[in-house]
Amino acid sequence: MSHFHTRKGYEGVAVTVPVTVPYVRYSTRGAHAFLGAAVQALIKHSGVSKDDIDGLTVSSFSLGPDTAVGVTQHLGLSPRWLDHIPTGGASGVMALRRAARAVQAGDASVVACVSGDTNHVDSFRLMLGGFSDFSRDATYPYGSGGPNALFAFITSAYMARTGATRADFGRLCVDQRSNALASGSRMFKQPLTLDGYLAARAIADPIHLYDCVMPCAGAEAFLVMSEQRARDLGLAYATVRGSIERHNAYSTDPIMERGGWHVDREDLYAMAGCKPTEIGFLQTYDDYPVIVLMQFEGLGFCGHGEAPDFLRNHSTAWNGSFPHNTSGGQLSSGQAGCAGGFLGLTEALRQVTGSAGMRTVANPRLGMISGYGMVTYDRCLCTGAVILGAPS
Amino acid sequence: MTLPLLRPPRKNPVQRTPQMNVPPWARGRVALNLTAAAAEGRFELQVCEDCHAVQYPPREACVHCLSGHLKWREQTGQGRLLARTTLDHSNDLFFRERLPWQLGLVQLDAGPTLVVHLHGDVPAVTAGATTRVTVGARLDRAGRAVLIAFPPQETLNMADDPMLREMTCDPKLRKVLVTDGMTPAGQALVRALAQAGADLIWVGHAEPWKRHGSGLDDITGLPQVSLVPLDLSNERSVNSLAGEIGGKVDIVVNNAEVHRTYGIAARRGTDAARAEMDINYFGYLRLAQAFGPALMGRAADGTLHACAWVNLLSIYALANFPPHGTFSASKAAAHSLAQCQRAELRGAGIRVVNVFPGPVDDDWNQNLPPPKLSPAALASAVVKALRDGVEDVYPGDVAQEWLERWRDNPKVLERELAAGG
Repeated sequence: MSHFHTRKGYEGVAVTVPVTVPYVRYSTRGAHAFLGAAVQALIKHSGVSKDDIDGLTVSSFSLGPDTAVGVTQHLGLSPRWLDHIPTGGASGVMALRRAARAVQAGDASVVACVSGDTNHVDSFRLMLGGFSDFSRDATYPYGSGGPNALFAFITSAYMARTGATRADFGRLCVDQRSNALASGSRMFKQPLTLDGYLAARAIADPIHLYDCVMPCAGAEAFLVMSEQRARDLGLAYATVRGSIERHNAYSTDPIMERGGWHVDREDLYAMAGCKPTEIGFLQTYDDYPVIVLMQFEGLGFCGHGEAPDFLRNHSTAWNGSFPHNTSGGQLSSGQAGCAGGFLGLTEALRQVTGSAGMRTVANPRLGMISGYGMVTYDRCLCTGAVILGAPS
Repeated sequence: MTLPLLRPPRKNPVQRTPQMNVPPWARGRVALNLTAAAAEGRFELQVCEDCHAVQYPPREACVHCLSGHLKWREQTGQGRLLARTTLDHSNDLFFRERLPWQLGLVQLDAGPTLVVHLHGDVPAVTAGATTRVTVGARLDRAGRAVLIAFPPQETLNMADDPMLREMTCDPKLRKVLVTDGMTPAGQALVRALAQAGADLIWVGHAEPWKRHGSGLDDITGLPQVSLVPLDLSNERSVNSLAGEIGGKVDIVVNNAEVHRTYGIAARRGTDAARAEMDINYFGYLRLAQAFGPALMGRAADGTLHACAWVNLLSIYALANFPPHGTFSASKAAAHSLAQCQRAELRGAGIRVVNVFPGPVDDDWNQNLPPPKLSPAALASAVVKALRDGVEDVYPGDVAQEWLERWRDNPKVLERELAAGG
């Protein structure tokens, strides 16, 4: 099912200045503090002035009652284009798509895409019960485990259907930890072994401790502008080769076994003019390992249900045969709320623009970032992906 | 297989009595319809009036055809278990204190996928085979409906599943106060509770010198029964009994009532109406003030914690039955107070069970035509409500018929009752 004839490319758009506000486990500060630090870093590293930022997207869960517009007054910004995109794991891909179109259309010339959350000691628990109407009515009263229980269902059904084992998930987590250590992670400083992974305590069988992300505070951000502007500023940048998003796909599957990527992936590769095998690295949204496997399948790196085999035949370390989540992903960097949905994008930008240091992959010139967000009831609703490349 | 509930070891009096933390109680307005049905023991889901789709979680519009015409309809609950998990971690105190906790994901034959609490006797999910379950709705300790998947066939000791026991108020091994043993209904209640395995039944009698010929002697022979002086019209009597046994009672059954058969014109003065109000309303209030705090304090006190308060109301509490007009008014007052009590006890996870019988076959309903509810049927309805975890009971054909008419249109019922029934 191809809709390419209706999709316009992203010619002339540059994505640049990946920024990470260092993660901390807990913070007494508000979300605005992390968003402010991110915008400050964008200005510092880009050379644009604060007034030059005329477009803004904000992604945050802990901003309430404020929304993006409150952030403009809080930080003294006056953009002519604004979007509020609190869609968690899909927020990065969605923000990039919207910002790129705004720049192409001339609605904004420099868009700051900012995501960040704070994490007070009790934030996570308070967020869970009020995350959505459906979670309040139909999941939180059932054990109040947050997404752990739902992903336990999804994982066990996936294991039963495909023959995946805990060791398959374990290898992925071990590789990500080694990536995190190579990137100088602040949150996790110890290597993870497969034995250590397998011996971890159960959280919601088959989910064990190292299948879960650690909630923390932090921010991620990047700028979207025209290629010309990026060149004038002397910024290293990536171009957007193609992108897709899809919400609430396959809603009649009784239990989630695939995400929406599958619906639109032909468009994605057609726009980018490449095949999965040409992709140099992949950054997935990894709130639980099973979701990573579904992204491998949904994005066409292997067939439906074949990800366990794919994993057995590949190393997913930054220097492996299939470089994946090269900064460690959320599993080994922590989940700073909505910033988790930007983590793959900022890391991909570092890879493409040559600032990934020692963990630079073999082919950093073409990479894919996949987003996946918002468990409002029994599955994740938002899926998306973008292919970034080095300017030719 | 669920192990039978055994008498737990004696409590260590030095240790702190655990306090109750109720499970998450927040629900949206639409979702509370699930609770409304579960309060009467039914499992209902939203069904679209236009395209007949069954949907869950509850919504404001039909997920298939977007129609706003959604009605809650009873479901069989037949379905298959898609996946299960054992929760070893929770963010909520109620569950943390009760881990590990079994959850399941069920697809109903009617369509929707449900997250459910899982009864311990539901077999494991095995590859290639279908695990059938029956889903039902129960009120949890916060008084909100939750869905539970049961094994498709009854199993031995099914009611003793620890998760299920949190949703029910089974009198088995519990200590119960029945406030009036002098009436046929009171005596039937005592017999039914004894048969249900109650550990100890305190039976109140307001006038200890009037024992003979009242039927009280029959129940005092039961080994569980112990007679206690209790006069609900006397605050000192109520407080004194609460001081003695308040800290031990797990279930209060307030069946004490005064019933006279007058409207307004049939009797001059207010003495009969006042006597009705003094027991049916103020007596209940005195009892609730004296025993309520003790029940709340013991709501998480081990396996056999305090769990329920039963009010014997009347179907006349919903709409006045003019020949018994002042009695109806006193029961309406009690019903209103019970709603207040339910709100106050909710925080501790104590269930208030309201029983709305039609005319009971006793002296004060002698002139009413059949069908009348036998005291034994009333008693078994109360025990069943406790076992099933139901909070509103309308036992008997008359009560059911009145309820249906009242739900259909209370104004029409008022006019019919004014015209003599």
